[in-house]
Amino acid sequence: MPKVVFSNAMMVATGGTREAVFAAANFRELTQMLMEQWPALAELIEQSAVAIDGQIYQDAFAEPLAPETEVFFMPRIEGG
Amino acid sequence: MAEAVEYKQIGTTPVRPDGFDKVTGRAQFGADVNLPNMIHGKVLRSPHAHARIKSVDVSGALAMPGVYAAISGADFPGGRLEGEAGGEGGGSMNDVAKNVMARNKVLYHGHAVAAVAASTVRLAEQALQAIKVEYEVLEPVLDVVGAMDPQATLVNEDNYTALPEKPEKPSNIANVGRLERGNLEEGFMAADVVVEREFTCPMAHQGYIEPHACVASIDERGRGTVWCSTQGHFEHRAATSKMLGKNMADLKFVATEIGGGFGGKTVVYLEPLATMMSEKSGRPVKMTMSREEVFRATGPSSATVARVKVGVRKDGTITAAQSWIAFEAGAFAGAPYMPGAMSIYAPYAIENFLVETFDVLVNKPKVAAYRAPGAPQAMHAFECALDEAAQLLNMDPIDLRMVNAADEGTQAPYGPKYPPIGFKACLKAAKKHPNYVKPVPDGAGRGVAVGFWFNVGMQSSAEVNINENGSVMIIEGSPDIGGSRASMCLMAAETLGIEYDDVRAQVGDTESTGFCNVTGGSRTTFATGMAVTQACEAVIADCKRRAAMTWGLDEDQVEWEDGQAVPGPGVNADVKPLSLAELARKAGKTGGPITARASLNAQGAGAAFSVNFGDLRVDRETGKVDVLSFTAIQDAGRAIHPAYVEGQMQGGAVQGIGWALNEEYIFDDNGVLENAGFLDYRIPVASDLPMIDTEIVEVPNPSHPFGVRGVGEAPIVAPLAVCANAVSRSLDMRITDLPMSPPRLLDAIEG
Repeated sequence: MPKVVFSNAMMVATGGTREAVFAAANFRELTQMLMEQWPALAELIEQSAVAIDGQIYQDAFAEPLAPETEVFFMPRIEGG
Repeated sequence: MAEAVEYKQIGTTPVRPDGFDKVTGRAQFGADVNLPNMIHGKVLRSPHAHARIKSVDVSGALAMPGVYAAISGADFPGGRLEGEAGGEGGGSMNDVAKNVMARNKVLYHGHAVAAVAASTVRLAEQALQAIKVEYEVLEPVLDVVGAMDPQATLVNEDNYTALPEKPEKPSNIANVGRLERGNLEEGFMAADVVVEREFTCPMAHQGYIEPHACVASIDERGRGTVWCSTQGHFEHRAATSKMLGKNMADLKFVATEIGGGFGGKTVVYLEPLATMMSEKSGRPVKMTMSREEVFRATGPSSATVARVKVGVRKDGTITAAQSWIAFEAGAFAGAPYMPGAMSIYAPYAIENFLVETFDVLVNKPKVAAYRAPGAPQAMHAFECALDEAAQLLNMDPIDLRMVNAADEGTQAPYGPKYPPIGFKACLKAAKKHPNYVKPVPDGAGRGVAVGFWFNVGMQSSAEVNINENGSVMIIEGSPDIGGSRASMCLMAAETLGIEYDDVRAQVGDTESTGFCNVTGGSRTTFATGMAVTQACEAVIADCKRRAAMTWGLDEDQVEWEDGQAVPGPGVNADVKPLSLAELARKAGKTGGPITARASLNAQGAGAAFSVNFGDLRVDRETGKVDVLSFTAIQDAGRAIHPAYVEGQMQGGAVQGIGWALNEEYIFDDNGVLENAGFLDYRIPVASDLPMIDTEIVEVPNPSHPFGVRGVGEAPIVAPLAVCANAVSRSLDMRITDLPMSPPRLLDAIEG
């Protein structure tokens, strides 16, 4: 199952949980599961970028997640 | 997956399409737009760094003959604006609106309080003097560390630190960032040497040569056009329409040629004012900033105070790193505190680390993005500490970095595992570079440091139209700052299999092409280039369909080679290849004009790493620093136009050297900027510096069709620490405060 790693800011909303696994087939399913378990995550997920197996998505939506995928939430970057 | 392939167009260096117009003076920049009946707008700016506005009366200005409009904060729609502004640390739209025009308080010297539009610039300036403003002057908050004290005067009484639970009291700290891993105590225990120091970086301006300028022409219905010098006309349109409560469909924004931005032109300042005054007066309004206004009222970079501690074993392994960095946000939240936290250790695999960063309000101009925002200040501190550790261990500074270098699969300090990256390749290139192999000149010091930037993708659109003769017109929405039109033409020519000279590119206005995010984040060649490539691929698919129709074949029996449709392998067809030109000539018979568009939200921007080194010598009598040589090495993924990649590397290096050696905002005790001009704010000029030597490393980004990584931002990161390390080694003492201007170095030399 895909493994999720939360940022420091998100760990406040997850009660200190840093990593968790979820039986999600795509990113959309995953975020729904996360928000179900930790409703306070909703706004933070919206504000975050995400790295799926190292590939950074500023706006992931329905990207498929393989069973061994690592999903890492991180602050969004824009630059100058 | 990008592969090591031979390209015909990619990697060549044609002259940029806008070059001729720029060197002959024909190019139209923001201030070059002139319209019939046009009038001129000027801004009244606060003489105080911190004051409550008791009243603003513009009636005196409006009564003057030739004055057509006068506005203040009261003319803007009320209510809180939702959303964020574009660019790193753009901040909330609500704050940006208050930065464009102050409402109940002025928060820095130069903050806009009112504006007028009159028949001449001189009359507009005279009319400003007829505006009456009553202030209640408040104590300015000018020191970033002092501002963090719970007892400090508040810049904004409604600012509460953004924490999961709202604090009981307001504070000047707007945001905090924190990243950590492992066990610091164990890490420092395992170290053979520990370096601990405090570093400072000054507030510095992007120093773009073209001041902000725009012309707005709005009709009686409130609809019209705004021409402006911008890094992102779509996002300027969005911000302007939001601040004025207008439907964005009523405004067309045209990006003029731009004389530099470096992040500073991702922000609106004049456009909402010119638009409002044009609508009020019924005349086109031109507004241009003076250089002094640019310094006083547009966003510089954050000044920082950084406390860094690093532990290193004898073999060079970093065992622990701890950092605390306070970023000045200026008058509104939005310092690059998080990119600073995420970049500081990014080049390294470190098991134990902590970085804490702070976004702190002070009564200075609201900061804006400046090339790799946050990274130069943060990495200056850490790269200097690493250099000192290398000295203590008597170790080559490149070797020390190689011991700890991140590679594919390394978990970045900010989270994810790196895909293929070119950091080690850059270190190897530096170690064997002729400039590094040669001895350090007598009396000089050699500084080494590395740079990093994430790079981003974001949203882009492009349209490709095939002209009747087979030549190609690209319309895209990314303002061209660094030669991107040439890169778009090269990628289109490569994809289509035609010559560069047969392709033209144009930056469309907001009504001519689809949405594009700002030209920033080193994203344009990557993301807009991807849109251009995809549109060209759609053109090829259409051409193959038309050729199949012409030949009576199935579409899958046709291939595209060297700019022409040919029967596929094994297809028995006695036909001549059809070139793009031939297909274009017959387009009317095969379905009409050949055109395609692509829009995307590009993902997978590959991170950029750089390694810089330079030899610097200090005149011990005057404190003047001479840069004897400077070498910049960077992974570009794939250099579409190598000369323009080198240009980015050289430009970034020069800006970083300027920040390190001379550039700084100098405020008096009242928060008044004392050096608001290029005479007293010293940026490097050509005669100050040697040729910046460059070496492009190419480790392709697998997420881009040609392997592109953004190159625009990483080049400014390393030079700050390169200069500090070189000067420190030459003087045999650690210099921790930037800029290393002559008076500061003389103070250090004289103890």
